[in-house]
Amino acid sequence: MSGVEPIGAPVPPGDPGPAGDVIHDLGFRHYDGPRLGRGWVVRSLLVETVRGVFGLGRPARSKIMPWVLIGILLAPPLVLALSVLLTRSRELPLSYTAYPVAMQLVVTLFVAGAAPYCVSRDLRHGVMPLYLSRPMTRADYVLAKVAGLSLALFAVLASAETLLLVGALLAKLPVGDQLGGWAGGLVTAAVLSVLLAVIGLVVAAVTPRRGLGVAAIITGLVVITGVAQLLTAIASERGYDALASYLPVLDPYRLVDALAVRVLGVGAADGMTYPAGVGGALVLAAILAAVVAGGLALLVRRYRKGGGL
Amino acid sequence: MNPVVMSLTLRGLLGRRRSVLLVLLPLLLVGLAGLVRWASGADPAQTVPLVDGLGLGTLLPLTCLLIGTGVIGSEIDDGSIVYLLAKPVARRTILLSKLVVAWGAALVFAVLPTVLAVEVAGDEGARLALGVGVTAALAALAYVAIFVALSVVTRNAVILGLLYALLWESVLGGYVPGVRDVSVRQWALAAGERTLGGDAGPWGVTSDVALPAALVLLGVVTVGAVVLGVRRLQTLRLTPAE
Repeated sequence: MSGVEPIGAPVPPGDPGPAGDVIHDLGFRHYDGPRLGRGWVVRSLLVETVRGVFGLGRPARSKIMPWVLIGILLAPPLVLALSVLLTRSRELPLSYTAYPVAMQLVVTLFVAGAAPYCVSRDLRHGVMPLYLSRPMTRADYVLAKVAGLSLALFAVLASAETLLLVGALLAKLPVGDQLGGWAGGLVTAAVLSVLLAVIGLVVAAVTPRRGLGVAAIITGLVVITGVAQLLTAIASERGYDALASYLPVLDPYRLVDALAVRVLGVGAADGMTYPAGVGGALVLAAILAAVVAGGLALLVRRYRKGGGL
Repeated sequence: MNPVVMSLTLRGLLGRRRSVLLVLLPLLLVGLAGLVRWASGADPAQTVPLVDGLGLGTLLPLTCLLIGTGVIGSEIDDGSIVYLLAKPVARRTILLSKLVVAWGAALVFAVLPTVLAVEVAGDEGARLALGVGVTAALAALAYVAIFVALSVVTRNAVILGLLYALLWESVLGGYVPGVRDVSVRQWALAAGERTLGGDAGPWGVTSDVALPAALVLLGVVTVGAVVLGVRRLQTLRLTPAE
């Protein structure tokens, strides 16, 4: 009996609890197992985010949308591989880096479905103070969510790219070329995932209602694409060619595609003209870095004071 | 119609964050229309790609989706619809009241800006504006009814609505000709084409569907969506929010 304290007994003086963080001891049995600490909290949150994006550990109706969209994303590589077989072409009709741009609407829908899931519920149900009372900091929370969504998105895009590679190899296209293109596609997909995750989470974090968050992300990404195309057309019509080469990068998908064109030397998706030379590449990289850093800063700022609505 | 339900719906719809989007999108369209005018010198044939592609193709369905899901979807989502359903008001009245508010909002935030964009970007004696206005009004009527019904039927209304409005109508419609026959946008365009008469061809306002068929289909879809919405609201099952 000596190890059990009577209920309601005051904490014995000189024993301030395991970490000195006891406010009021109700006399329940203490947890004296290993404390896994801040890194483990972040890891658990990250795993939870990735699983949740795919609907794992959530009810069946939450699994429908992500998997329907993944199905739509993974179907075209099979069709493309088949078309290569039938036409006996020597290259894929759609390059690895052009694939996400061509499927951007579906990718956007996937991000829009996933990002509000990641952050809106925590804000809406007011549980942010509970998270932040753990050894985890605001920056850790933001990092775990961004990393989780980026990883999930990258997994989807990478599977599509890999299917494209498998199809190309089965169609007996040159192995070296295809492997190179595939590696480039993966790098592009990784950059795109991070960029889209940051943009999606920033929008979702200021719209705690899930439905509105979904609509806001899609509206933003779809409208910016249309606007960028229109502005580019107007600028080139009036003869501002330098401006016309920069305007497409208003669209996140084109920004990443433009970087891939300049850095990896691949062809642009649907024949866009992007800023030329090393200077252009540096400007593009600077824009990308600024958007990601700015988005992360906004997110961390959003969670001050426990992320009140 | 129930005035209290309508005023509550209006206040919910124009809540601060949603209204930001609802105001920004029309402003964007009109701003772009100004740029198009500067580039094309007010040529109606140059106005059509902006208004047809971006306006009718993207912004109109998006705005209708924001409105349609805003009037009832968010209430179902956070469960506060029970307080409304528990009142001695027929479910039919509730849905119709919300629908009327949504149609009014769509007129203000989607149809009028589209017409305004035509006038800014370049028109010939308001004839193009009339044709586009008729198209936009008919499309908004159908879109709003569809999206309101969809929000009652499923929680994934926003994503499903977008899959239809953007993927089905814009992307698939570009590749598969048959898809264009089953599209609110093409049905509404048929009416716009008739309104414009001889100018429709040169200005590029053309539809793949004949006018009588288009009007019948629009009517069937709109009425069908309203009936479905009412039926499903009468037997609404509240699933706990995840």
